[in-house]
Amino acid sequence: MILLSPLATLGRSVLALMAAIGRVSLYALSAFSHILRPPFYPREFFNALLNIGWLSLPVVGLTAIFTGGALALQIYAGGARFNAEAVVPQIVAIGMVRELGPVLVGLMIAARVTSSIAAEIATMKVTEQIDALVTLSTHPMKYLTAPRVLAAFICVPLLVGIGDIIGIYGGYVVGVQNLGFNAAAYLQNTADFLEVRDIVSSLAKGAVFGLIAATMGCYYGMNSGRGAQGVGRATKGSVEAAAVLILAANFVLTGVFFSV
Amino acid sequence: MIRMTGVQKAFGSNRVLRGLDLHIPRGTSMVIIGGSGTGKSVALKCILGLITPDSGEILVDGKDARTGDRDAFLARFGMLFQGGALFDSLPVWQNVAFRLLRGSLMKPADEARAIAIDKLRRVGLKPDVADQLPAELSGGMQKRVGLARAIAAEPEIIFFDEPTTGLDPIMAGVINDLIREIVVEMGATAMTITHDMSSVRAIADNVAMLHDGVIKWTGPVADMDASGDPYLDQFIHGRAEGPIEAVR
Repeated sequence: MILLSPLATLGRSVLALMAAIGRVSLYALSAFSHILRPPFYPREFFNALLNIGWLSLPVVGLTAIFTGGALALQIYAGGARFNAEAVVPQIVAIGMVRELGPVLVGLMIAARVTSSIAAEIATMKVTEQIDALVTLSTHPMKYLTAPRVLAAFICVPLLVGIGDIIGIYGGYVVGVQNLGFNAAAYLQNTADFLEVRDIVSSLAKGAVFGLIAATMGCYYGMNSGRGAQGVGRATKGSVEAAAVLILAANFVLTGVFFSV
Repeated sequence: MIRMTGVQKAFGSNRVLRGLDLHIPRGTSMVIIGGSGTGKSVALKCILGLITPDSGEILVDGKDARTGDRDAFLARFGMLFQGGALFDSLPVWQNVAFRLLRGSLMKPADEARAIAIDKLRRVGLKPDVADQLPAELSGGMQKRVGLARAIAAEPEIIFFDEPTTGLDPIMAGVINDLIREIVVEMGATAMTITHDMSSVRAIADNVAMLHDGVIKWTGPVADMDASGDPYLDQFIHGRAEGPIEAVR
């Protein structure tokens, strides 16, 4: 019996994990179905666009520009070991567009948007505002979840695109100002090296990360426990889940787009 | 109008409702009393479909509350929540007119705003409150806004969940009087949950005492003091000794 105990614990954990995946999947499917079926709430959708898209621009921009600059410095320093300093524009471009742009924007959205959605909806649940919505003949999935998920699906790829451009610009500024690259040659190398596939993969990752970020925020908010502690747990859980799922999805999508 | 028969609901091993039977005739005001955690709010939420009962029957006008057009069913109800449950992100008038700004009862925004201001006046609030956010209002004003929202679409049935909790006695009296006036004026059927005896006497036509998941006593409010029911007597006189355990 003592020998079986760890196995039983492992089995329970696996079953709990599977059940959680099932619940989240059903919730996500329900959210997608509500996006497609009326009634629609355009005002809520535009508010979500503003909050997720427009108001995330400063943090996305700052993250991208510093990352692009740091990447240029690292590649230059690393490349100097084998006389490959000249590859800075190409590696900054490919690094930002394929990986760092989507992943960092996804993680910043998880930190900023997922937490905010989870805390807002969890507070609404604790203060009976979700029940109030139902009694006012308004489906919470349609009114709260669907607009946020759709807005994130549209906004996050745009944010990723903007982050990619700003990140490359950060590398360009460092390359031209600090590392002595010719401005026109830097841009030309960047443009020549990037492929359509790189850009498509970046935007596709953004769309998937947006779905994950918004869905996790809404799911944890709707399923929060009671009181301030419940809101806190929902917020923390949503960010953890979104961050891990974004990194896992990034691995899978990278395999899909770039497997040899 | 509303009939609950043998309604049971458990949360895990906690059996909250154990065969609840209750009848609320049309146009009357029923107040359900009972200690904290006895299932009063659960009973109310079962009628609205916010909680699904494990067994039993809930009929509204003879029709099963869980079947049929859900929007049409809910459109017949208004509800005042214990904490107001006002939407933080919306100004007061949009909270009051929420139902009139979307869905089957949708009206033009100007008309919905005019109705909201009229309802705010009805609950004793000035029109300049309309553009404030709920967080800018006192607890009593939030309750009034919640009441205005509950009556905005002129529902046939209004539920009040602990309408005076957290209010000072004067404001509690004002809210009680408002509820009574509005229910009489609208001819609505009302169900109120409270453990405030001043609310019971101000609002109720009939009273039901809920304990251990069942109705221990029900009857007209005038008969309440002479009921002879030990549970009801202990509750309305607030005694620590009696069949209801003080420590639960």
